[in-house]
Amino acid sequence: MSDLITSPNLNDPDGFYAELLALHDGRPEEESNAINAKLILILANHTGDRRVLTQAFALAVKD
Amino acid sequence: MKKIFEVPMYPYVRSNDQDATEAVRKPVVVIGAGPIGLGAAIDLAQQDIPVVIVDDNDKVSWGSRAICFAKRPLEILDRLGCGNAFVDKGVTWDTGKVFFDEREVYKFNLLPESNHKRPAFINLQQYYFEAYLVDRVNELAAEGKPIELRGNNKVLSIKDTDDGVHLLIDTPDGPYKLVADWVIACDGATSPTRSMMELDFVGRVFEDNFLIADVVMDAEFPTERWFWFDPPFNRGQSALLHKQPDNVWRIDLQLGWDIDREKEMEPERVKARLRKMLGDDVTFELEWVSIYTFQCRRMEKFRHGHVLFAGDSAHQVSPFGARGANSGLADTDNLCWKLKLVMDGTAPDSLLDTYDDERVYGAEENILNSSRSTDFITPKSDTSRLFRNAVLDLSEKVEFARPLVNSGRLSVPCTYDGSSLNGPDCNSMPMRTRPGSPALDAPIDGGWLMDALGNKFQLLAINAEVPAHMTVGDIEIEMLELKGGADLADRYLGEASSAVYLMRPDQHVAARWEQFDETAVIAALNTAVGR
Repeated sequence: MSDLITSPNLNDPDGFYAELLALHDGRPEEESNAINAKLILILANHTGDRRVLTQAFALAVKD
Repeated sequence: MKKIFEVPMYPYVRSNDQDATEAVRKPVVVIGAGPIGLGAAIDLAQQDIPVVIVDDNDKVSWGSRAICFAKRPLEILDRLGCGNAFVDKGVTWDTGKVFFDEREVYKFNLLPESNHKRPAFINLQQYYFEAYLVDRVNELAAEGKPIELRGNNKVLSIKDTDDGVHLLIDTPDGPYKLVADWVIACDGATSPTRSMMELDFVGRVFEDNFLIADVVMDAEFPTERWFWFDPPFNRGQSALLHKQPDNVWRIDLQLGWDIDREKEMEPERVKARLRKMLGDDVTFELEWVSIYTFQCRRMEKFRHGHVLFAGDSAHQVSPFGARGANSGLADTDNLCWKLKLVMDGTAPDSLLDTYDDERVYGAEENILNSSRSTDFITPKSDTSRLFRNAVLDLSEKVEFARPLVNSGRLSVPCTYDGSSLNGPDCNSMPMRTRPGSPALDAPIDGGWLMDALGNKFQLLAINAEVPAHMTVGDIEIEMLELKGGADLADRYLGEASSAVYLMRPDQHVAARWEQFDETAVIAALNTAVGR
């Protein structure tokens, strides 16, 4: 069983970030929100590990 | 022609009990002649326990109401001696289609496992369901079984005392009294019995209204379950179309919370809504219209002394997933054999507390599943709707999102994991027939396994030696040496080369081993009856 990776794990952080923001360029908020929701679902399915996802949820809501 | 639900099926007949100077004593009184009350009474009468059913009217269900019946209740009806009538009349279906906005996003097949006697689901109007059970009551009465159905007998008061449950019952000839050793309250979600006993019924209220319409039409729609999210004919809401026998179609339209109930029920307004959905060229006739709201809630305990609650009186769920009547029959399936053993003095009174344990567990599972379906179908926040629509959008394009679409997780029987009645398990055997599980059907030499099971404790032997007779305490165990093919082996042996299963009278697995061991079987039987 694996744990959520919390150390840097993307080999091109700036490129990734730019690509993520580009998805939302010029889109109304409603459309952006829908894209984000789909992204979460797609990535969650790709992860496929309920334990890792629960850890990710906990991290996302942590103060 | 009058509909079946407009004709009194068990009209009031004056009973001698009404002329008695003192309250007449009855072993069991069942309150309510719906699917659950009738099922309970038939189960008890088949075991020769005298039972009186009292109902506040004399007709079967007004309108179709519960229409979707799963395999497990059909198997219970077989055990009650009347399954064929339901399956012969019912509509069998296994394909579902999901629509979002104007598109069909995907379709699914329930893919029922082959080689079971009964189908995964049938659709049948509740009025037929009740009518066939009333037929069975009459058939048993004609055979001399101790069963009586009293129409227009309304319970006015109930009091559980040390010397029995005192009932005051109103009739067209005025009230009379009965004293019952046991009462089974199956008087529905608004249970007057529950109110009279001032018992709790707490849970979650869902702020939504659904228009439910039965229409008769000669339409070309296939025998499938169609579910719409946010369709053009009911914007922002959901809709369901499902076929019943006699060319009757069930249509459910979500209306939202702030509606004018009276206005929405007007036939012309309903017809206008339906024309928008079905198209102007389809001719139809309205059979029944209702508007419902629902809650997901349950009683804290289903047993209160000598009064036992079963079905909607004990627990209520949303209609998505067909978990109401289906789980109610599972209640009485669980209860009646226990009540019989306790009444006979063969098992301790505490065996009835396990009815509470096992069926509260079942109700929790149903409430969880039905609440989740409801949250998907009727999102309660903008974010909830955002994710719901994202799932539906993706489901059209990629397979992974389809299991996330929740238009009702259809009822499957509960496994009583962790029940105090469960005996030893055997790791090499299949998970799905572990102790606490209902039996899985399979073909055996000479017929179906399910037809050989139930109404008594049984020991099933597959490739194992068992004695010809066995009696533990006052309880006789029936021996069944099974021979079957690949399905029997797949469902009961798994990795093991032989198996011995101890089965409860409700066709659930109590314990299992690879070989027969007398001491172990005696211990497991005693565990299974709580002694």
